[in-house]
Formats: sequence, C-alpha cells, structure tokens
Amino acid sequence: MDMLRGFALLLTCQSAGEALSRLAHLPLPGPVIGLLLLWALLNVPAVRVPVAAAAEPLLGHLSLLFVPVGVGVVAHLGLLGQYGGRMMAAIVLSTWAGIAVSALVLRALLPPMPGPVSAPTPAANGNGSA
Amino acid sequence: MRDFVELWVYLSATPLFGLTATLVTYVIAHGVYTRLGQPPWANPVLWTVVALALLLGVTGMPYPTYFSGAQFIHFLLGPAVVALAWPMWQRRAELRARAWPLLLAALAGGTAAAGSAVAIGWAAGLPTEVLASLAPKSVTAPVAMGIAAQLGGIPALAAVFAVLTGLVGAVSAKYLLDALRITSPEIRGFALGTASHGVGAARAMQVHPTAGAYAALALGLQVLLAALLMPLALMLFKNF
Repeated sequence: MDMLRGFALLLTCQSAGEALSRLAHLPLPGPVIGLLLLWALLNVPAVRVPVAAAAEPLLGHLSLLFVPVGVGVVAHLGLLGQYGGRMMAAIVLSTWAGIAVSALVLRALLPPMPGPVSAPTPAANGNGSA
Repeated sequence: MRDFVELWVYLSATPLFGLTATLVTYVIAHGVYTRLGQPPWANPVLWTVVALALLLGVTGMPYPTYFSGAQFIHFLLGPAVVALAWPMWQRRAELRARAWPLLLAALAGGTAAAGSAVAIGWAAGLPTEVLASLAPKSVTAPVAMGIAAQLGGIPALAAVFAVLTGLVGAVSAKYLLDALRITSPEIRGFALGTASHGVGAARAMQVHPTAGAYAALALGLQVLLAALLMPLALMLFKNF
C-alpha cells in the first residue's frame, strides 16, 4: 500500500506541476515543478515512507524507461542517415567534454575528502534508503 | 502455418506486443549484463534497443505500433523525474554543505556538454533545428523534449539524442574517468549524472551506491539548470 500511496503522491505532484507550468506559463516543464513540489512535501514526515516505497523501485530501474525512446532511433533513420556521422561525432565528443569538465571542476572545488571520512557519510545520511 | 500468421497479425496490432517485447528483452539483456559482471559495453539499455530495433526491422512493424504498447513504460519517465526529489532530499545536508562546488560543477559540465555539442554540430553544418535538438541532450529525455520544443528543435529527435548521450556516457565514462585518474565515487557519479542523465545515473547506481546518489543529484541539478537557463540563453542570444 505504501508503494501505491507513494505513486499517487508522485503523480499528484506531476499533475500539479503540469497545471502550474501551463497556468503560470513557467519556463520549467511539469515534472520538474513536480520535483520541487515533492521536495517541499517531504518536510512532512508522513509522506517519506510512501515516497521512498515508490521512488526507489522507479529509480532503480530508470534505465528501462529509456528503451521506448531509444527504439525511436528507428523512426528517425532518415535524418540520422543523412547526418549520422556528424551527429554521432557531436554527441560522443560533447558527452566526453561534459564528463571531463564536471569531474575536473568538482575535484578542484571540493575540499580534499579523506577516504575513511567520506565513506561512512552515505551510511549515516542514507538511513531512509535501506 | 496459416494459424501462426493470423495469430501474429492479431498480436502485433495490440499494445500487448510492444510492452511484452520491451520488458522481456530488457530482462534478458539485464540478466546477461549481470552475469558478465556488469562491464560497461554490455549495457542493458544499449542491447535492448539494438535487439528491439532489429525486431522491428525484421518484422516490418512500424514504430507507432510498437510505441502503442511501449508508451506504458515511457510514461513512467515523468513520475521518475518527480521521484528524483527523494534521493536529493535524503542528501540535503551534504548538498547544503557542498552547494557551491556542486552547483558550479553542474553548470560547467552542462555548459561544456551543450556548448560543445552545438559548436561541433554547427561546424559540421547541421541544420538549425537539429542544433536546437542537440542542445538539451544532457538532460533526461522528457525534459529534453520540452526544452527542445521551446528552443525550436524537434522533440522526438531531442529524445533520441538524449538517449544516445546517455548510452555514450554509460558505456565510455569508466575509461575516460580512469584516464583522468578520478577515483572518488562521488565525483565519478556526479560526472556521469551531469553528462549522461538517467542512463548514466542508472549505470552509476549499479556500480556504487554513493556514485549512484551523486549521479541522481547531478541529474536533478542538470534538469533544473537546463530548464531554467536554456530558454534564457536563447532569449539573450536572439536579442543580441
């Protein structure tokens, strides 16, 4: 039941987000506003267990959710065929640029993390995720 | 034989086929991936997409027919974006303490990914609507579609670019980060989530729980930053 309650909360936040995005002409997509609404809602202790019960399985199988769109490559073979090589070059090189830049910037900015201290942090903070 | 053909004609026209094929293929691909010890090249999304694309090619099934079933899985992307609030909220203390480094790294990584994609695409002579579809490719697919539409791109193409970006990151990030000698799981996860969103974050979650949490955090930050800043950047660009 917790999972269903949590899923209902996720959908309610998303719907409220869609409504807000459209009514107030906000630049944020509905699910993103839903994310912010859920964040605010998590201050209420009663919602935490249901939200965890729905969010964890959903995020645990996040990669499955990208399959239908991935298969959509098939529907765009025409466009991909015409520019395929150049598009792939842009995608591959820019992804590497994004990974390298974010990793190097974060390494430069984060105070040096001694291994033994940083290791227990997730365990101490993530008590709700078990 | 004729019965079989009739059965196929019936089954292939119902949404049941797309949904079943997607789930069964993914379960098999994930099983192989796990059995092989989770090497990046055996990424289950990559091989599921390849197998299903081949299946559609061999059977001649049009994509919309497949999608009529697969949409039930696709639909969950929206609630999944909302659900990102949970891992981020759980780490709010860490987030607050490291807010500036994380925000700057997300901004720098996102700008590098989107900027270099558009620059390389522009230099290669890609049409404008393709460039506008490339810009949000480091953001998770449903949000990328919304941003691409606002920028004047093709939403469906933006979603395909986002998935390809996710796969490139999930398959190659390990080697790139090893070459850069980045060992901390926090930074490795964060970089994966920044540049290759959900598919990268899914890979990070499988490798290390801390890396997974930072990947989810990076993914959430990327969604917020891109949704807020990309239309703004376009507005400034158009006015000058």
